[in-house]
Amino acid sequence: MAQTSEVLLSGSGGQGLIMVGQILADAVIRDGKNTVQTQSYGPEARGGACKAEVIISDNEIDYPKVIKPDILLAMSQEAINKYAGDLSPDGVLIVDSTYIKDVPDTTAKVFAMPYSLIAKESLGKEMVANIIALGALAALTSVVTKESLQSALMSRIPRGTEDLNQKALELGWEAAQQAAA
Amino acid sequence: MTDVIPLARLMQGNEAIAEGALDAGARFFAGYPITPSTEIAEILAKKLPIVGGKFIQMEDEMASMAAVIGASLAGLKALTATSGPGFSLKQENLGFAAIAEVPCVVVNVQRCGPSTGIPTATAQGDVMQARWGTHGDHPVIALCPSSVQESYSLTIRAFNLSEKYRTPVILLTEEIVSHLRERVNLPQPGEIPVINRKKPPAGLKKYYPYRAGEDGVPPMANFCEGYRYHVTGLVHNENGVPTTNPELAQQLLNRLNNKIMDHLDDIVTYDSHLTEDAEIIVIAYGAVARSAKRAVRDARSEGIKAGLFRPVTIWPFPYREVAALSQQARAIIVPEMNMGQIKGEVECAARNSTKVVGLNRFGGEIITPGEILGVIKSI
Repeated sequence: MAQTSEVLLSGSGGQGLIMVGQILADAVIRDGKNTVQTQSYGPEARGGACKAEVIISDNEIDYPKVIKPDILLAMSQEAINKYAGDLSPDGVLIVDSTYIKDVPDTTAKVFAMPYSLIAKESLGKEMVANIIALGALAALTSVVTKESLQSALMSRIPRGTEDLNQKALELGWEAAQQAAA
Repeated sequence: MTDVIPLARLMQGNEAIAEGALDAGARFFAGYPITPSTEIAEILAKKLPIVGGKFIQMEDEMASMAAVIGASLAGLKALTATSGPGFSLKQENLGFAAIAEVPCVVVNVQRCGPSTGIPTATAQGDVMQARWGTHGDHPVIALCPSSVQESYSLTIRAFNLSEKYRTPVILLTEEIVSHLRERVNLPQPGEIPVINRKKPPAGLKKYYPYRAGEDGVPPMANFCEGYRYHVTGLVHNENGVPTTNPELAQQLLNRLNNKIMDHLDDIVTYDSHLTEDAEIIVIAYGAVARSAKRAVRDARSEGIKAGLFRPVTIWPFPYREVAALSQQARAIIVPEMNMGQIKGEVECAARNSTKVVGLNRFGGEIITPGEILGVIKSI
């Protein structure tokens, strides 16, 4: 049976969530599936609530927005408070515990890791927390293959940041595998 | 399906418009960037010079529209892209392009209005402005894409129609379609036909720039290609020279409007989904048609005979087709992200032969399938 997954990526402006949405959607296409990616954000370049939505399906996708996320990535307390209640009951909740201290009650599977802290401590740059989280999301949910994710990532990042981003993706992937084991 | 995968790629609506413009042969863009249309200008600023085209960021929207008209008269396929506030400012010169019969494409990525409204929020509030924003009885063609793929193909179609009928064409899209990214398959070069303006034969003794043949469209000489003529926003004779002769004025306006209205079969396109036996028909365009498609499918799975009619050409509106549907349907539902601008046209086409129900949201968010299904079930 054809399957559809709805992914909601949420946090604050500047955390790179729309970028994560684009890389994920690009990877899905490389896997030969259909996808639609949308976003909503305020006029601010940084700060303010921000979300990116990705729908992944073997079929045609009509309505382009997420209705009931199967996968929620939350990178701020405000975001988790706002969206955790929408999660599908057997969904997956991926939490950046650097900024989220209070995880609402949920029947979803929760994976909490301090992505922003890991980025700062292991790679010296908090700005790649989004890519670490993306690696973790992919490893935990299998919505995309690692090969497609890597090639999508490489095609969408600024030149000169390949190593840093590659390391970030691996770091997230491995951390998730340990967490899930 | 596997044979199309190599060409499939993730693309944003605005990117698809820029690519469509290039593939249609557009070689000139003048604009004043505005959210949510900015990516079109950004991409064309990079790509037009590579293909020998020109990109100019003008001092404002009025000047952008004027520059587009000038470029087209000089022989280039030209476009501008804007959103509501800029679309308002372009109206005067849009009327000039209509009366002077200058082919050009105006992209309006609609955002929540009026005035500067909510720049990053989606809307369909400019449908009537696209029809009647510029003064006087003028012809208009406006197309509404629902997907990224269609943003590409309708941009090419907009250029084709503008060249064929010598008239401005509006690509009336929305923030949500322009900013969403999805899978597209770009055709091979030449797969989508490209139409170029009809030119007068070389070496005419006398060229009448506004003398049309049977199709109502005068052959167009590009500036600097041998014929000298006058272009004006005033009512003019076949020479392009101003006139106040009421008879000539009537003739000109008739021809301008008839060159569109006599070719509805060529210009008006639409999509029908499960309408054949439908008792309840949803009429929706742009992004809302995607919600409506889901709602119709969900209704069918609950045993309700629902169908979707989607105007792709919003102007001229498909009155004939909607009139026919109104004979068969128990009710027509018109969900739109405005206060009911197309609902009025549907009522006009239906002439009381069925109930017409509006579903309106105008706060900056798309109407959901659930909301439309709710209305379908309430009938």
